[in-house]
Parts: sequence; C-alpha cells; structure tokens
Amino acid sequence: MTWLQNNTDKVVDLLLSHLWLSALPIVLGFVIALPIGWYANRHRRIRGVLLSAAGVLYTVPSLAFFLILPSIIGTGFLSPANVVVALTIYAVAIMVRSATDAFASVSPAVLDAATATGFAAAGRAFRVELPLAGPVLVAGLRVVAVSTVSLVSVGALIGVNNLGSLFTEGYRTDNDAEILTGVIGIVILALVFDGLIVLVGRLLMPWATASRTTGTSLRGLARARR
Amino acid sequence: MIEYRSIGKTFADGTEAVGDFSLVLPSRTTTVFVGSSGCGKTTLLRMVNRMIEPSRGQVLIDDVDIATRNKVELRRSIGYVMQHSGLLPHRKVIDNVATVLRLNGVDKSEARDRSYAVLETVGLDASLATKYPSQLSGGQQQRVGVARGLVSDPNILLMDEPFGAVDPIVREELQAELLRLQRELDKTIVFVTHDIDEAFLLGDQVVILKKGGEVAQVGSPAEILATPADDFVRSFVGLDKGHRKLHVEDRDGSRIVVDATGKAAGVLTE
Repeated sequence: MTWLQNNTDKVVDLLLSHLWLSALPIVLGFVIALPIGWYANRHRRIRGVLLSAAGVLYTVPSLAFFLILPSIIGTGFLSPANVVVALTIYAVAIMVRSATDAFASVSPAVLDAATATGFAAAGRAFRVELPLAGPVLVAGLRVVAVSTVSLVSVGALIGVNNLGSLFTEGYRTDNDAEILTGVIGIVILALVFDGLIVLVGRLLMPWATASRTTGTSLRGLARARR
Repeated sequence: MIEYRSIGKTFADGTEAVGDFSLVLPSRTTTVFVGSSGCGKTTLLRMVNRMIEPSRGQVLIDDVDIATRNKVELRRSIGYVMQHSGLLPHRKVIDNVATVLRLNGVDKSEARDRSYAVLETVGLDASLATKYPSQLSGGQQQRVGVARGLVSDPNILLMDEPFGAVDPIVREELQAELLRLQRELDKTIVFVTHDIDEAFLLGDQVVILKKGGEVAQVGSPAEILATPADDFVRSFVGLDKGHRKLHVEDRDGSRIVVDATGKAAGVLTE
C-alpha cells in the first residue's frame, strides 16, 4: 500500500493511458465489425471466408503484431498507434463472429413481418435488425472488452506505457507491490468496462430483460406456438 | 376489388407453387383461401402486397396492376396479420401498433391516440399498451397483431392463418371478434387457413385449393355444401364423413339435429 501511496500520480497516469488504449480499439472494433457481420450474415458464401480470415488474424501473436505493424503502416516503433491498430484488428476479428451470430439470431418471422408492415430496407436494418441483434452484440462486446484490456498490457513490452508497465518495471526491480498494483488495476479496469457495457445494454434494451423476467408468459408463448 | 389474372408462381428452386390462377375478390367481403399445406394459399395471399412477385400474370387492386406501384407504399396501405403475430419484440405494444402510422408519416401524438383507440376496438385493455409483446399471452398478442393491421384503416386486410397458433377457446373468441369487426368496418379481407370450419365461419367467398393453386371450388359456404364440385371437395369439407349430414329426430318433444354418425349436433328451434 505504501508503494501505491507514494506513486499515485504515476499509477493514475498509467491507468488513464491504459483506459484510452483499451477504449479506442473496443469502440473502433465494434463499429467496424458491425457492418461486416451484417453483410456476412446475409451472404452465406462470404460468411465462411470472412469468419476463417477473422479466426486466422486472431492467432497472430500480439507481440509479433506490435513489431510488424510499424513497417506495414509506417508508424514509429514506439508509437501507441501500433497498439491501437493491432488491438482494433483483434477486436474486429472477435467481433465479426459475434456480430454475424447476432444478426443470425434475429427471427426471420419478425423481419418478414417488418417488411410486410412497410419498413423500407434501411429502416428495417437500423430500426428492427440492429436493435434485435443487440443482446448477442452486447455479449460479444463484453468478450472484446476484457480481451482488449488484458492485451493492452503487452504493449508495455514495446515501450507503450500502460498499467502493464508496472509488471515489467516491478519484475525488473523485484517490486511485488508494483506488480500487484498492475494486476489489480487491470482487473478493475476490465470489470469497469464490462459493467459499463452491461449497463448501457440494459438501458438501451429494456425489452430484453422484460422478457426474461416474465417466464410464465414466455412459457405461454411457447405453448401457443406448439 | 382484388383481381388475380392468370397468376403463376415458380420459385427459384423450380417448385411450382401456383400454376394458373384467376379470381375476383369483391370489395368489402371476406374471401378465404383454404387448402392443405403446399396448395399455394399463402403464396397467393402474399402476392397482394408484393411480398411475393408472381412469375406470370397480374394482380390488380381496383383495376390498377400492383406491379406498377411502389412496393413499400403498397405494403403500408394494406393491413397484414400473420400467424405468430409478428410483433416487434423490442417495441411496446402501443409502439408496435403505431409503427404503421409512423411509417405513413402520421405525427407522434396522433399515432398514439389512434393506436389506443384501435386497441380498444380489438378488445384490449389500455393497461397492456406499455407492455412488451413477450409479456402478453398468445391470444393477446394476436389481438395486437389485428390492431396493427387495422390501425391505418386500410381498405384491404391480409390475414395469414392468424388464429392458427392459439388454443381452440381463444381461437373461437378471436373468430367471433373478427366477424364483429368486419360487420362494423367492412374491409376487403383475404384470409388464409387450412381449417375448413374457420373458412365456412368467416368467408363470404370460400376458395378451396388443391396442390399448385388449382381451384377445386369457389363459392359461398352454403353453395359448396349444397353442390360440392367433386369428390375432393366433398372429402375436404367432410361431407363423406357424416358429420355434415344432419337430420332431425324427435326426442321427448324436442327436435334434435343429429349427424350421420348418430351424434347430436344441436337443437332445431324453428
């Protein structure tokens, strides 16, 4: 605890930079993966190719990725952009699969009904398909968030400072308190991201929890469908 | 008035859903397409709002070929009720009903007022308006589906087995409700079912279909029962099984209507 009290400013700085390095790839990854997943769900042939490509991308080790990227995108070796770009690619790789599943989870009967009631194509995509894909999208985003927050720490190895720097430094100087601070800080940050996503999901999709809490009427619906 | 002119539909995989179908559906009446699965009845219904495009022939509404009309606008002008209500799970009941009006450009408060009014018309309590569809029973959801079909006061209402998935008691309620509504509203209703009793109950004009949209017989329920066109119709409406052949027997002074199997069907009151 004394180590933390003496180094509060440093830890807060690292926490903030860790926050940014995580938030950007999470948001960018989500925004990029969304249309790709929507498209992949509609075109079954492309779907297989896209999902395999995403799977392969995710197997590239992050440290290798951080080191290769500067030569590909022309950034400096120490630039935080390397970390942001690499983690965005990972986020996309995970999220494309979730987004595809999310759009596939929307009931075709509901989409059909939406068309029949007179939704045009764009209105249907944004006002019916997207919100109904929401619960599965949120589940995917939670995985992306936790994975990204933990991967950011690898950036410390290539000199991009974040909470992971507390491990590398603590390991070098044999400072257990510093290592522990880093580990706990990262866990807390991951939990905060996760909690935020769940909270925003609940606020945006009150209907999803409404149906979960009314088990009896759901059973009634299942009976009616039989 | 809806008119099918030499309609045919062959799907991309080569299945011929409808061979050659022509029929006039008079305005302000209920026409019921009835037949077993695969007879093309749903295909025919969905051609009226261009959810399915015919491969051959034309569909006309009030003498206008609907192929010349904008699909989305056409759909907004026609009420559609489907089997599993087809409500949007992420919108409250009232918003589900108001959707059609909002799509038609009606402003928010008017859409709300009219939606509340139509919920009352279909016999739903206003307290259900702020619930989500999943919080309603199957019968209530189906009523919301009917309300949504009626809210923009369309001339035409398409109903694709709307009461097929609810239990028999609720189904009877909903059928009675539809008959009442139709007496008040005088819509041109196209109704699809595989249940001949439902067809006879609701239909002014009943169209019995064989495989591939081939018409076995068109007529009022009484005409079909009095002069079935062939053995297929006779068997389809149940004339061969005896429960439609009724006679009167005197029992303890009451005149009881009995079917051919000897089962009492009711009491003659005149």
